Amino acid sequence: MSANTAVAEKYRNNFLKEIEEQVEMGDWVKMCMQCGVCSGSCPTNFQSAWEHPPQELFMMIRAGKREEVLTSSSMWNCTSCYNCIVRCPRKLPITHIMHGIAEYAHRLGMAPKMQPTRFFSGLFWKNCTNTGRVNELKLSMGLYFKDGFVQGIKNGMAMQAVALGLVKAKRLNVMELFSGHKCKDQKGIQAMLKKAYEIERSRKAAKMAG
Amino acid sequence: MAKHEYAFYPGCSSQKGASASNYLTSVEAMCKTLDVKLTEIPDWNCCGASIGYAEAGELPRHVMNARNFALSEQHLPGQEIVATCAACWLGARETRERLSHSDTLMADTREALKEAGLIINEMPNIRHMVEVLIEDLGFDEMKKYVVRPLEGVKIAGYVGCQTNRPFGVDGESFENPQYLDKMVEMVGAESIPEYEQKVTCCGGALAFSEPEKAQAQIKDIVESAYDHGAEMIVTPCPLCQANVEIYQGHVNKKYGTKFNIPVMYYSQLMVVAYGGDAKAAGLNGQVIKARRLEEIAAKPVKR
Repeated sequence: MSANTAVAEKYRNNFLKEIEEQVEMGDWVKMCMQCGVCSGSCPTNFQSAWEHPPQELFMMIRAGKREEVLTSSSMWNCTSCYNCIVRCPRKLPITHIMHGIAEYAHRLGMAPKMQPTRFFSGLFWKNCTNTGRVNELKLSMGLYFKDGFVQGIKNGMAMQAVALGLVKAKRLNVMELFSGHKCKDQKGIQAMLKKAYEIERSRKAAKMAG
Repeated sequence: MAKHEYAFYPGCSSQKGASASNYLTSVEAMCKTLDVKLTEIPDWNCCGASIGYAEAGELPRHVMNARNFALSEQHLPGQEIVATCAACWLGARETRERLSHSDTLMADTREALKEAGLIINEMPNIRHMVEVLIEDLGFDEMKKYVVRPLEGVKIAGYVGCQTNRPFGVDGESFENPQYLDKMVEMVGAESIPEYEQKVTCCGGALAFSEPEKAQAQIKDIVESAYDHGAEMIVTPCPLCQANVEIYQGHVNKKYGTKFNIPVMYYSQLMVVAYGGDAKAAGLNGQVIKARRLEEIAAKPVKR
């Protein structure tokens, strides 16, 4: 049984409960009173419109629209500006709920595979936890080559002027490709993260069993 | 002994050859003048930033920040942690808040930290450099060292998101924070309190992954600065600085604009006003050169 079928079985028609138990800050969702301030405060919803802005996602969760919510590209439009959090009259930690739903959809393998911010988000975390510190050059290269080699070269060319400007200003170092900044105790970091994932998985599993 | 001492969390972008290396250069010069001693937390790691959320989960993300707390406690006991980067500050503060409010999360974090041979006993205070300047030193103290006021320079104070929300600086409003304008006035320049894009999001990580969305916002931020007659923009955040500065060429191509406005850090303005040269202020790190500041930095100091 896939991870997705397992949770779908367990929570059946109670998607709200699933979100409450499996998503970071998910227990706040029921507090939403549908005022729409979050949607009206969101910079990317304002510029280009989310498929489902936060307020709508909250209602969809209550309505049990599991598939639509988890496969949506919406949550991945969050820029982490925290405008929704500070303006929400019910004090819902909306930014964190958006990240939480996105992470959950990603964990279940339901998030849109080629959504660029989903891709970048995973890339960033791997990049920074790999050595303990971000390697900015590898991070950018990884993103440009997301859709294959040819597209990668094209993307690189489009960014040439920006990259050159940064190199000249000594704010981008081409040597980072071979030897970047890193932590000394990388072993300790890996061990600590492995343990953290183990604990988190067992906590979520306990909720499933309970 | 220095007047003020802190455990310093510089963050990834401040490192040599990284995107905000000139921020660190100017902070070092600024702190020297103000007699603030920053001691780097040995072997500090990335905060995970807000964009790592797809794979970070809850506990792993907090454990990353907690490792820095533990290292700080071990090597620099009793010192508050100061971050210059908005994301580092936010990430660490969020972890501090979550761990302080949940015994389970705290216990789990301690268990994970053991794997790296580390332990936390006390939760450190997490401060942003601007909090240190405003709260621990104060505007009067900061102003004392101004020997080369930036007279006649009009500067748009762009606070951005993560230095302002969800925590922000005490006593400031989320919608219209004033401290950056006061800092601009403090160095003798002219502020633009009515600059209405001061807390608009620059697009954050979406500037990389979905540039067209971020660039629409960057356009608003820069356009408004020009509309108010600004000669340059100043910000406390490394990602705001980079996004608003380096994509102006792309915005120009897309929208037919002719933007070419320098984007500075508050610390760079202060170093120049304190009599430092262009190098100490990290002015060579600008992609869009701040000619006006370079000229001022070359002038003799009024003693």
